[in-house]
Formats: sequence, structure tokens, C-alpha cells
Amino acid sequence: MDFTAVLAQIKPKLGCVSDNLTLIEEQITNAQDAGADLIIFPELALSGYFLKDLVPEVALRTDSPEIKRLIELSRGISIAIGFVEESNDYHFYNSALYLEDGAIGHLHRKVYLPTYGLFDEQRYLAHGESFRAFETKFGRFGMLICEDMWHLSASYILAMDGATTLICLSSSPARGIEGDTPGSAAAWQKLVSTTAMFLNCRVLYSNRVGFEDGVNFWGGSEYVAPSGESIVRAALLEEDVITVQVAEGALRRERIISPLMRDENLFVTMQELQRIAEKRRG
Amino acid sequence: MSALHANMELLRKLLVGFVRDEVRKVGISKVTLGLSGGIDSALVVFIAAEALGPENVHAVCMPYKTSNPESEAHARLVATACSVNFSVVPITAMVDAYFDIFPDADNMRRGNKMARERMTILFDHSALLRALVLGTSNKTELLLGYGTLYGDMASALNPIGDIYKTQVWQLSTAMGIPAEVIEKKPSADLWAGQTDEEELGFSYRQVDELLYRMVDQRLTRPELIAAGFEGAFIDTIYAKIQNSHFKRRLPVIAKVSNRTIDRDFRYARDWGK
Repeated sequence: MDFTAVLAQIKPKLGCVSDNLTLIEEQITNAQDAGADLIIFPELALSGYFLKDLVPEVALRTDSPEIKRLIELSRGISIAIGFVEESNDYHFYNSALYLEDGAIGHLHRKVYLPTYGLFDEQRYLAHGESFRAFETKFGRFGMLICEDMWHLSASYILAMDGATTLICLSSSPARGIEGDTPGSAAAWQKLVSTTAMFLNCRVLYSNRVGFEDGVNFWGGSEYVAPSGESIVRAALLEEDVITVQVAEGALRRERIISPLMRDENLFVTMQELQRIAEKRRG
Repeated sequence: MSALHANMELLRKLLVGFVRDEVRKVGISKVTLGLSGGIDSALVVFIAAEALGPENVHAVCMPYKTSNPESEAHARLVATACSVNFSVVPITAMVDAYFDIFPDADNMRRGNKMARERMTILFDHSALLRALVLGTSNKTELLLGYGTLYGDMASALNPIGDIYKTQVWQLSTAMGIPAEVIEKKPSADLWAGQTDEEELGFSYRQVDELLYRMVDQRLTRPELIAAGFEGAFIDTIYAKIQNSHFKRRLPVIAKVSNRTIDRDFRYARDWGK
């Protein structure tokens, strides 16, 4: 079905869950008042990104008052949001929740925690172990958190699991000053567009802005159609909130024009991956 | 051959945004910095004026009696060009009072003392004006260790620490810094006729090409030689980076507890901001 989504390109405060929750609630109210069906926040919107030893301090259980409050708000508008999740066995995950009609529709724990260059996630966080598509009011979705999307298999699995909409929550730092946009922004735009095109999926990408310890997050949240075409893109380097009209017809047409997913041979893929896995086991 | 070409519009946006965001998020609206008459501090003051408004920027020129009078004139020219607050605090009396006790001190000791004298004045202005101190060391200097620890290397925020001298020139041109400041030979101005490039033994443009490939692109020694750099030059620069690394780190703390600052007690500086 057609739906209206809002990409909330916010600037969370590092380690300040209650301030961030206030900001997030404000955005939710605005989006709902404007008649949007879904609002998507960036990765770790409730906590900020370079948390280091703050991870256990800002972590929330899914039954915490803060999350319960967001679940309550999802009666009026569907919400996708990133936070640090504390599990029953006291592991801490970089997680994203999809909330709808007053319930948790899906919980994704970031599988690929970047630990190289300026990233240090694996030191502080536990990694998720699954990619699962899930049903929403707007069709079947798949959820990714930032680095997850750089692994082809992640989006592929979600698409094969029937997702026709991928939502990606991101806290992507700007680096590279040679081109018109930060090098990382250009790389992401290519990635999002290519992923959409290869998998005949629409992608809703929500990235944050602001600085943490001199590192800039570049924003540029966007809605990319299943053709790979960027339909709406938010401002670079500035807070922005964009509203996108997601048309079901565009998805249907694209899947008729280039039925890559229909023709994708899961059997061959599985057989070859199985063979490779067996060879690796020795 | 230059691999250092950058998009000046983007760079300007990032650095202006950096100053605006990192200053304001700590609840402060002003900055202060030393304006030497050279290009690095000229660029930083231009960036700060654009980020916070010139009325919120206080530049201090701190000449010593042997400083080239042209330096103060250039500092004044730059301050006027970007309309920031400007004052002159000479350091001769303080520095001379100290070296009356150590009359045999060499140029290096005197230069370091001057740099640290200026640092104390800037941090005093920080308290006086409720302003953060902006650093003006570029990436070339920081990597080569061509600066005084706790002197000109001390600051709260450094907008240009990740851009090479070559890029400082490019951005200065793009931001309209007065030409005489861009075109003159870089100098620490510690004694008459001193120039950086003479003291270092190579030009900034030369070393920036090497540093960019060595540090940013991580080319190996054979790859650098194949790219046309001399082995001896590569080794000299590598050694300079290695031997000055202590200047780029906090003081080393002897670990005895289970949680030691900066080793297993790790928080971002922007914690809670």
C-alpha cells in the first residue's frame, strides 16, 4: 500500500537518554500531526554513537519505561528507532526496534559491528545473530543497522525472506574531502542505490547529523526507489526532517520491468554456499 | 603530482560546522586564539568568525621583542579583515624575567618558553572571556612534531589538525585571507630570519605529498620509492613521526588499578553533550 514516511535526521546528545527521548517524542508528535504513517530515526538515536564505557549506562531493556513510552506512541504512528539494548543475560546490543499499533513489531540486533578505523563497536557491544524480514501495515520489511548494509548477504537474506522495503538506521561519520560530498556519503549513496536496484527493494535510509569529539555525521537521509533512483534526499551536514510518499505502484512496476528477485535462484545460492561452508570446515 | 586536492567548499562547511557545534554544545559562545601573523592562525580565526560571528572571537597577538614587526602588522590585518576582537599582549617582560635567571639558554629553550608563555595567556583569556581556546596546529606540524608540547600544541579544539599545510594554503585562498599572509614564507618567528622550511630541511609541499601517501593512504616503503620519493627522505620523515609521537598523546599513566584513565576508563570528550 501507499504510505507516508518521515526520516528524522536528528542530532542526539551523547549519553543523554532523557534529552534524546524528549527530542524524539517531539519529532513523533510532529510527524503524526502531519499525517505520516511511519517515522524512522537513526541508529542509536536514544543514546548517541561514540558511547565507549557509557554503553551500560545508557542501555535500555525492551520493558523499560522509555521503550514502553515509545511503544505507546506507536499506536498513532509506526516507529523505527535505534538504541542500546540490555538483554536478560546482560549483553548489550546496538539494536533497532520497529514499533507498530502499540506493540513491538520487530527487534533487530546489529550483526556487523565495525571495529576498524575510527570504529570500536565490538569492544563494547555484543553482535546480533539474525536477519529476519517481518510483516508491517505497509508490507514486508527488513531492518538493517548501518554497517549491516555493507554486507551484501544481509540485504540479500532480507530480500529473499520477502522484504520489499529495507529500512536502514545509520550513524555514518563523514570522511574524505576530495569530492562534492564527503567520501563516505558518496559511497553510501552508491551502496543504497545499488542495493535497491539489485534486490528490487525500496530503501529508506535514516542517518544522523552533528559532531561527537570532532567526528561529523553527514546526514543525507534518503528514500531510494526500487529502480535505484534517489527520490528524496535530506540535507547534508544539517538537521533535517523529510517526508516521503512511498508509492506501491512503483514497486510493482519495477518488479515487472526487472524481475531479478523472481529469477533469483535460492537453490543454487544455497548449494554453493553449503559447498563453501563444508570446504571451510575442512 | 599532488594528491592533496580537496573540495574547499565542503572542507569549509565541515570546519565551520565543527567550531559552531563543538563550542556551543558545551554552553559557551566565544573562542579565543593566538594570532601570530602567520597563515595557520589566520585561517582558524576566519573559520571561527564565520562559525560564531566575529563578535564572539577574540584574537590575541603576543609578540616578543625579537618578533618581526611585520608579524604583528599581519595579525592586525587579518583581524581587521574578519572583524574579530583583537588585542596585543607582549610577552617580552615575562620571558626576559625568566631568562635573566638562565642567561645561557639556547634558542630552543627560549622558543619553547615563548610558546608556553603564550599558552598561559590564552588560557587566562579563556577564563577572562569565558571562551574556549582554539588550536592552530595543522596536520603536517602535528605529524612532524614541529610544535611545542603544552605550548602552541595546547588548545580545547583544533579545527585544522586534520588538514595538511598544503590544504591550509588552499583553504586560506578560498576563504579570502589577505594575500600577503598566504604568500609569505612560514616562520615560527622565534628569531630573526627563521623559516620553517629552512629549519626542517624540506618544503611543506614536498613533505605533504609524502605524508599523505604514507599516513592517509598507507603506502609501503617500496610503494613510496616507486612513486618517486627518496629512501632517505622517507626514513627521516618516518623517524620524525615516530619520535614525536609522545607529543600527540596524554602523559603516560602507570597502571595499578583495574580502571585506569584512558586505558580502561574510556569516554568521549563530548560525554553528556
